[in-house]
Amino acid sequence: MSKVKSFFYLFSVLFLVWLGFTATFQLQELALGLTLSFLLSLIFYKTYVNIGFPPLGIKRFVFALIYIIVVFKEIIKANLDVAYRAVHPKIPINPGIVIIRTNLNGDVAKTVLANSITLTPGTFTLDVIGDRLLIHWINVESKSEEEATKLIGERFERYLRIIFA
Amino acid sequence: MNAITILFLSIICLGLFLSFLRMLSGPTAPDRAVAVDTMTTIIVATLVLVAFILERYIYLDVALVYSLISFVGLVALARFLEKGF
Amino acid sequence: MYYLGVVVTGVGVLFLCLGGIGLFRFPDVYNRVQAGTKCTTLGAFATIIGVGIMEPTWFWKTLIIALFILATNPISSHSLGRAAYKSGTELAEGSVVDMASEFEEYSEE
Repeated sequence: MSKVKSFFYLFSVLFLVWLGFTATFQLQELALGLTLSFLLSLIFYKTYVNIGFPPLGIKRFVFALIYIIVVFKEIIKANLDVAYRAVHPKIPINPGIVIIRTNLNGDVAKTVLANSITLTPGTFTLDVIGDRLLIHWINVESKSEEEATKLIGERFERYLRIIFA
Repeated sequence: MNAITILFLSIICLGLFLSFLRMLSGPTAPDRAVAVDTMTTIIVATLVLVAFILERYIYLDVALVYSLISFVGLVALARFLEKGF
Repeated sequence: MYYLGVVVTGVGVLFLCLGGIGLFRFPDVYNRVQAGTKCTTLGAFATIIGVGIMEPTWFWKTLIIALFILATNPISSHSLGRAAYKSGTELAEGSVVDMASEFEEYSEE
């Protein structure tokens, strides 16, 4: 990605965040926001290239929308599950710490995967090193690495592989 | 301020009170930190609800800034716990 | 529209309370993080969006706050969980398996 392109990406992202946070269209606010995002993108555009956001595209956008819907469904399932365990008089939990593998490259993709795992039923990410994730599982169903990967990570990874390909 | 908002606020207060008890009685330091994390999230939601009840738009800004500051503070606290007390 | 907002807010408030109950009842730090993250994330999200539905002129602002909570809550809970593990907090009595000793960074200690 060329430097000019990354500069404009960062500039538009910062300005959109400013618009969202202030939520007004007064001239002073707009001028201050434009100045601040211009200065910040002058300073940080080199870092932004190194983080490695994927370029935009129609296919990515559609799959990102599908991914958001999938994550929301999983969040609601997770909440019902944890709420059931919390109010049940015997507290039916079966906790443990397992390791799963991921095929994703890139820090942003791994961060999204780890956050999605944290929000979904019974699992949360303790640590990420290389291609392995350390997961705390509230109801351990399998101790082997392959099966845990299939049960926890696979339902997100097949979308994320396309989005961050 | 009608019956349903009082009901909502009292349900929130029950959750907040239980997390507060966990913060007081947590056997280890990470327990207390987790309780504070939960409490800040509940308080942000409560602030938005209070903004609706009192009809003050400015409370939404308070909620936004509170969630920003609590996030940064909790990450700093976690870094501190990680290196040992 | 107003009653839809009331229902959404009610669901959110209920989940916030359940998060508090789970936090109080679960036996060790990691399970408490689970309750404290999942329930309060959905609870706060639904409460804030519900207020936005009840007061349509506030909708964008509430959406921003809700998305911010949805993005940052997993990160702070993840860092707290890792801090708990690295500072040597034990798992609860009934725990089944602890594979962390096979993980590179932890096996040396």
